[in-house]
Amino acid sequence: MNTEVQTPDAWEPNILAFCCNWCSYAGADLAGVSRFQYPPTVKILRVMCSSRVEPAFILKALKDGADGVLVAGCHIGDCHYIDGNKNAEVRINNTKKALGKLGFDKRLRLEWISASEGLRFSEVIRDFTEEIMKLGQNPVKEVKK
Amino acid sequence: MSDIKGTENKSAIPKDDEEKRVGVFVCECGVNIGGVVNTKAVADYIGTLPGVKVTSVNKFTCSDSGQADIQAKIKEHNLNRVVVAACSPKTHEPTFRACIEEMGLNQYFLEFVNIRDHCSWIHMWEKEKATEKAKDLVRMGVERSKLLEPLQASEVPVTDKALVIGAGVAGMQSALDLADMGFHVYLVEKEPSIGGRMARFDKVFPTNDCSICILGPKMVEVARNKNIHIMSYSEVKAVDGYVGNFNVKIEHKPRYLDVAKCTGCAKCSEVCPVEVPYDFNEGLGTRKAIYVPFPQAVPLRALIDMDNCISCKACAKACESKAINYDMEPSYTDVNVGVIIGAVGFKTYDPEPRHDFGYGLYDNIITAMEFERLLNAAGPTGGHVVRPSDCKEPIRVGFVNCVGSRDKNTNIYCSGVCCMYTIKNAQLLKEKRPETDHTIMYIDIRTPFRGYEESYNRSRNLGVKFLRGRPVEVTEDPVTKNIKVRVEDTLTQEMRNLEFDLMVLATGIVPNEGIGQIQQLLKLSKAADGLLMEAHPKLKPVDTTIDGVFLAGCASGPKDIPYAVSQGSACAGRATIMLKNKKAITEGITAVVNPDVCVGCEVCISMCPFQAIRMDEQAVKANVVKALCKGCGTCVAACPTGALEQSHFKNNQILAQVKNVFKFQEVAA
Repeated sequence: MNTEVQTPDAWEPNILAFCCNWCSYAGADLAGVSRFQYPPTVKILRVMCSSRVEPAFILKALKDGADGVLVAGCHIGDCHYIDGNKNAEVRINNTKKALGKLGFDKRLRLEWISASEGLRFSEVIRDFTEEIMKLGQNPVKEVKK
Repeated sequence: MSDIKGTENKSAIPKDDEEKRVGVFVCECGVNIGGVVNTKAVADYIGTLPGVKVTSVNKFTCSDSGQADIQAKIKEHNLNRVVVAACSPKTHEPTFRACIEEMGLNQYFLEFVNIRDHCSWIHMWEKEKATEKAKDLVRMGVERSKLLEPLQASEVPVTDKALVIGAGVAGMQSALDLADMGFHVYLVEKEPSIGGRMARFDKVFPTNDCSICILGPKMVEVARNKNIHIMSYSEVKAVDGYVGNFNVKIEHKPRYLDVAKCTGCAKCSEVCPVEVPYDFNEGLGTRKAIYVPFPQAVPLRALIDMDNCISCKACAKACESKAINYDMEPSYTDVNVGVIIGAVGFKTYDPEPRHDFGYGLYDNIITAMEFERLLNAAGPTGGHVVRPSDCKEPIRVGFVNCVGSRDKNTNIYCSGVCCMYTIKNAQLLKEKRPETDHTIMYIDIRTPFRGYEESYNRSRNLGVKFLRGRPVEVTEDPVTKNIKVRVEDTLTQEMRNLEFDLMVLATGIVPNEGIGQIQQLLKLSKAADGLLMEAHPKLKPVDTTIDGVFLAGCASGPKDIPYAVSQGSACAGRATIMLKNKKAITEGITAVVNPDVCVGCEVCISMCPFQAIRMDEQAVKANVVKALCKGCGTCVAACPTGALEQSHFKNNQILAQVKNVFKFQEVAA
């Protein structure tokens, strides 16, 4: 394990993004096709619907040291599965509330990004990365050392 | 479900405890990936992971040689899992699934990692970081791949009937082609007549044929075709089901008369005392409250506009066939179809709210559609182009292009047709009345297809003037009501002050009303410009991401008539593949219940958007109806006991990826 003290400049957030197959994953594809550059801070995990994302996945990611977790789905009304994203909204907001007690709520974000919003995808990643930079590293990582 | 059967089991299903032998194939995609990501470094690193038996880097993994490499290595190393790190699974997953299936592997043993769209293309200037990220992404994929389980795709029967929504020229072409191939078609049109926008045009470019003269016979052909069931003045209200098996509810709006009895004689209109602006003529002239939509309407039947009817009952007295029924209610038809073609059309941009170029402020500024109706012999003036202020025939006519197009304040896209129809409109009036003087104010003149440039040259030869520039100031002379325009001629860089008797705005193509409703009913994606999205802009231009749903015409972007007709035919061709094969393949991804763990709490039942989960009465356990389950996983995340799993997206499979996102974690064995 690296024991050097990392300067804030050297540190870059590590974000896990759960993207639904139909809208947000395709939006990320479009960001790529359009060459909208964004920081290499995010890794995308494809699920069929944002409603598949269980709080346990988010907790596991944060416990393992993710600096941020993004859950991205179709806009309300556009869900491929009618209203899966409404379920996701309830679930993620509840998870956020629970995380608030640990001061981790800002590390979880829910966004609606459609298949045509490549630019928006890149903007969301840039914005979330900046927010996480302000928050600093996931304190779990310090404990683990 | 008895009507659903699994496909032939071509693949051996290994036992769970079988050793996982993973092959990883990293694609350079020419320089798309290889120019940014150090693919060799990725392959070398991945080769050190447990279970990875072989790694390979290919220039184009999807090419014949790339696929042959995968197949050779499956054989050589007896691989049972394959990871492809390349582009997007949304375009290439089927290719590689078929590739490994040919070698006897279950197609769901493929894991696809996107290191192009999600890595090299978006981190073009950060090569080292992109390489590190690619390593992480591939590692996530490798660890997930080891946990993948075999699945069988389902074959579903396809009802050999089609629904076409929208009976403009694109939808009519789809319906005719499908009907001629022997399939039954329901053709739903929200207006009281089929024909769409093309029925309103006077002449069509570049050959200046009379629009209704070429469209009319096609409309009659549609009406005569025994395989086409026209449902005019009707709207799709609900769609459920899936490819091959869509259940659609269609509402028939009341015409307030019995269409079986009405002969379209229009005697009722003659006696009707109510006059309202005539929508078919773009609000120019009037029609009655009971009316036949237009002389060539199909079906040629009247209807009552109840919003404007004063219930004087004069029409009922005049109707010889006793067709009038003032108490008519909407009626509904449920149809079952295998495929759906959306040809929901467009409307023209409305310059009224923003008063673009003075429209709505000054009488003598009209839109091109209004001009089109004035030119038409069946229009409000019998084909005489007159200006609204004094009904005099104009001499100096100005045309402004790109109104509601190529403008960041309205729509940024080019509507594609306005240059051509403006050129045509100027030609037509110039030919009718050679003494007229025409000036077209444009940004660029775009004439890309066959005969278009020739038509443009013809206009120039006729003496139509082209001025490159957009009006910066439009005012009205209070006495003459002439339109005064200040415009910079950007070619000579001179300000010009022009005066016109009439000015015509070339309004662009914008999404039709109701496109949002169709989008939601069919579960399609809408782009930022409000138009519907195709499955792939180049290779699948009429498919959508929803199996069995296709798009034709302007619903997916501005198009001219030949393009819309071609798309109508293309949709019919694509749809026929399913209709003729009588079957479609659906994803094997569904929710699965473990009855040993299910406690029968029924939480999942309320979560399911598709009513796919039912209680097993005897055992009091949840039961997933596979044919209805679409595999979203909503219920899985909701299940409090963990009895539900989503195949191909099982908890352990997703967690394997989550665990491997972060480099400082020890790689899960």
